Amino acid sequence: MLSFDDVVARFEPVIGLETHVELGTRTKMFCGCPTMFGAEPNTQICPVCLGLPGSLPVANRAAIEATIRIGLALNCTIATWCRFARKNYFYPDMPKNFQISQYDEPLCVDGYLDVEVDGVTHRIGIERVHLEEDTGKTLHVGGATGRIHGATESLVDYNRAGIPLVEIVTKPVPGTGALAPAVAKAYVTELRDVIRTLGVSDVRMEQGSLRCDVNTSLNRPGGDWGTRTETKNVNSLRSVERAVRSEMIRQGNVLETGGTIIQETRHFHEDTGDTTPGRSKETATDYRYFPEPDLVPLAPDAEWVASLKAALPELPRVHRQRLQQDWGLSDLDMQSILNAGAVELIEQTVAAGASPEAARKWWLGELSRRANESGVELASIGATPAQVAQLQALVDAGKLTDKLARQVLEGVLAGEGDPAAIMAARGLEVVSDTGALTSAIDEAIAAHPDVAEKIRGGNHAAAGVLIGAVMKATRGQADAKTVRELVLQRLS
Amino acid sequence: MIKETAAALGAKIAAGEITSVQATQAHLDRISEVDGRVHAFLHVDPEGALRAAAAIDARIANGEQLGPLAGVPIAVKDVIATKGMPTTAGSKILEGWRPPYDATLTTRLREAGLVILGKTNMDEFAMGSSTEYSAYGPTYNPWDLTRIPGGSGGGSAAALAAYEAPLSIGTDTGGSIRQPGAVTGTVGAKPTYGGTSRYGLIAFSSSLDTPGPCARTVEDTALLHSVIAGHDPMDSTSIPQPVPDVVGAARRGAAGDLSGVRIGLVREFTGEGAEPGVMSVFRDAVESLTKLGAEIVEISCPHFLYALPAYYLIAPSECSSNLARFDGVRFGLRVGDDGSRSLEEVMSVTREAGFGPEVKRRIIVGTYALSSGYYDAYYGQAQKVRTLITRDFTAAFEQVDVIVSPTTPFVAFPLGSRTSDPYQMYLADLYTIPTNLYGGPAISVPCGLSEGLPVGLQIMAPTMADDRMYRVGAAVESVVGTLTPPAL
Repeated sequence: MLSFDDVVARFEPVIGLETHVELGTRTKMFCGCPTMFGAEPNTQICPVCLGLPGSLPVANRAAIEATIRIGLALNCTIATWCRFARKNYFYPDMPKNFQISQYDEPLCVDGYLDVEVDGVTHRIGIERVHLEEDTGKTLHVGGATGRIHGATESLVDYNRAGIPLVEIVTKPVPGTGALAPAVAKAYVTELRDVIRTLGVSDVRMEQGSLRCDVNTSLNRPGGDWGTRTETKNVNSLRSVERAVRSEMIRQGNVLETGGTIIQETRHFHEDTGDTTPGRSKETATDYRYFPEPDLVPLAPDAEWVASLKAALPELPRVHRQRLQQDWGLSDLDMQSILNAGAVELIEQTVAAGASPEAARKWWLGELSRRANESGVELASIGATPAQVAQLQALVDAGKLTDKLARQVLEGVLAGEGDPAAIMAARGLEVVSDTGALTSAIDEAIAAHPDVAEKIRGGNHAAAGVLIGAVMKATRGQADAKTVRELVLQRLS
Repeated sequence: MIKETAAALGAKIAAGEITSVQATQAHLDRISEVDGRVHAFLHVDPEGALRAAAAIDARIANGEQLGPLAGVPIAVKDVIATKGMPTTAGSKILEGWRPPYDATLTTRLREAGLVILGKTNMDEFAMGSSTEYSAYGPTYNPWDLTRIPGGSGGGSAAALAAYEAPLSIGTDTGGSIRQPGAVTGTVGAKPTYGGTSRYGLIAFSSSLDTPGPCARTVEDTALLHSVIAGHDPMDSTSIPQPVPDVVGAARRGAAGDLSGVRIGLVREFTGEGAEPGVMSVFRDAVESLTKLGAEIVEISCPHFLYALPAYYLIAPSECSSNLARFDGVRFGLRVGDDGSRSLEEVMSVTREAGFGPEVKRRIIVGTYALSSGYYDAYYGQAQKVRTLITRDFTAAFEQVDVIVSPTTPFVAFPLGSRTSDPYQMYLADLYTIPTNLYGGPAISVPCGLSEGLPVGLQIMAPTMADDRMYRVGAAVESVVGTLTPPAL
């Protein structure tokens, strides 16, 4: 059994990514139905998105605009004339039994996205960006597996049918070697950030508004590219990395033992980190693409495209460079923030009032550690940038020590509320009442007369005993530095 | 009352001489009397029609000024969605389906105060030239009940010829309005593609389907045309331009003066394969046009000869995709859902049971033509022919204002005489199909009888110049008059 290191020592990977992004338009791609996530099944439907006989699609201008903006942000050429196409196949979640998509005339072509892994820039070629409609959602009920086999009933929710979907396809990416899994993850992360910056989608992988298929193949150094597989069901950034890695190991072992790779679709399993075979391309449907006759061709005029280009926001890469300068960080520091997926979190924490240094300390220190422990993305750990900023403000105001602040943070992560409230509820505030401290110090001196004598004699190092006693008496809620000052003052 | 024109009925209703309820009842009575023999209707809605008529009468009594066709009854081809009223497209697969919405065209009819009597018979999914492919049995030609009324809109044409309705709606993909008009001695117009909305028209071939008006006179046809035409934001292929003044053109043409009008005769339409009687009536009609002052010009449209094969690739290709939605999942017929079959099998047996032979034939042909490896040779090639035919038309219309031809090569043929050979059936649309591939408007008007059966003259015009064909059509009518079938 070859390990990952063995595989990359013997083979070179070529990866490719197909990403689907649900656009956050107010209405669907070809009708006026709303697109709210999580509505009651089959409440956001009409004759058009149900594909009722006689209904016709009309393209959503906002979706076309969003797609062009994505294309421009990915350095693509925008088609001056292109058409939608029908992709024909039978499935109950396809109301018309064809999907309106684009085939040989995509809206945006031939771009790139630069991504960084460990300080090295990788330019990922973008083959195409096109626009299509989403399908409905099928739910299989009554079986043990939730799959169609063994189910007694299949329910379909058409709320999602017709939501605009942008497909972004990379060119094959060779030459990344052992970094292939990291490059794949960095690409999807960067793409997500670009799209979020454009404000055209909420790009939430856990809600399916960003979905990713990963193509992987291996070849011997200097040899022709190998047969690729397409891994679906890759539903988090972490999974992107794991899926590439797992598929490289699997393929490497197949090839090493003289086997051949079958061109097929494979499913990634979050729990095991493995992929299992899905539908083989040999039995794949012939989609019988042809230009959609119900829609007029798209011909975005040059002025419109130019004005969209001029109005693009600052993109993440440029934005990060500016932040790095503002925060006064080294390349290495910035890289570690990027690797942790913490740029935006830190930025928002700073915006909420914390210093860059403090914000970085929290997100890369305590919070990263806890995220790793529980295997979740940093962004979904359960503390918001505003809460972190508030926590730091309490430290800065002397109301919390670092140690107490970590206890408050625990409460935040446990969902107990905002730091100030938790501090009050748990009674964690630093004892700063000088009266209370003075009496605790007096008690300590009375209890340890010999130590007090030493201090009076100039042995300041002995103060530790008294400080310890005071801290114990205040259950750790006093600031040790203040206590020390008060003790020395008293005994001088 | 049933022999009145729609224009006359509308005027009398507006003037309070008769009520819409009376006009509607008269036609409902006629339907009860003759439709058992004609079978123009698949569904009649007496209650709904009388309720709509009473509402119009109330508005007129209230002093409201309504359009010229307010209160006039109309029959609608069963391929147009009518909210709450059965809409089957002549197919078993949609038996009992009641759309939850109105087609744009239906909405416009209702807004103009027209009274919908019911839905007319048709070849299943508008595929056919005789209405024999209706899943609900054929329609019979009122001129001779042993003969076909044309198709696919045989019901809409026969309803006019049998005086069951003064107006009807058809749809024309390859001649389904004009050919039935020709063989029943009525008028049928296919507007410019995109001139009338397809929203709510159950699609056969999206790039060709065109709803249009049918009536017994050119003026009535024009009046109905102006009710249903015009831009619709629900149809992306709808043309955002004003509707040509077709009513004005029809009235001008009725004066019988065609001086200055150049009329093209297509050299390639030699009459080969056409009945001599049809050609003779056609030539007489052309002769009479010259007497009205028109100039006849011979033009060449070399690619018209390839229109039929190109059409029989494009239309089936689009239909194979358009009809995929009929799978028993969300509406219509579902067969075999007894727990013993997989979902795919239920879809398959539903479609096997729900579609008739001509529909299956075209789905198979279209599926093949779009398949990877065959696309370029079939669908792709047919699209090139379509471009060449469009160029032929464009070049021709630099020389002439309109082009004329017989509407169909033969008069109404006996039922059952062409169903065994699809190609013989397809020939019925030889002269009508080029226009569909081009997208321009064309009208069929009666121009005489051959062996006692009606012959139609087709007038083709450039896109968005629908008014021209109405002018020439009305002029023909001023010479030929309307044709009256024998009493039923």
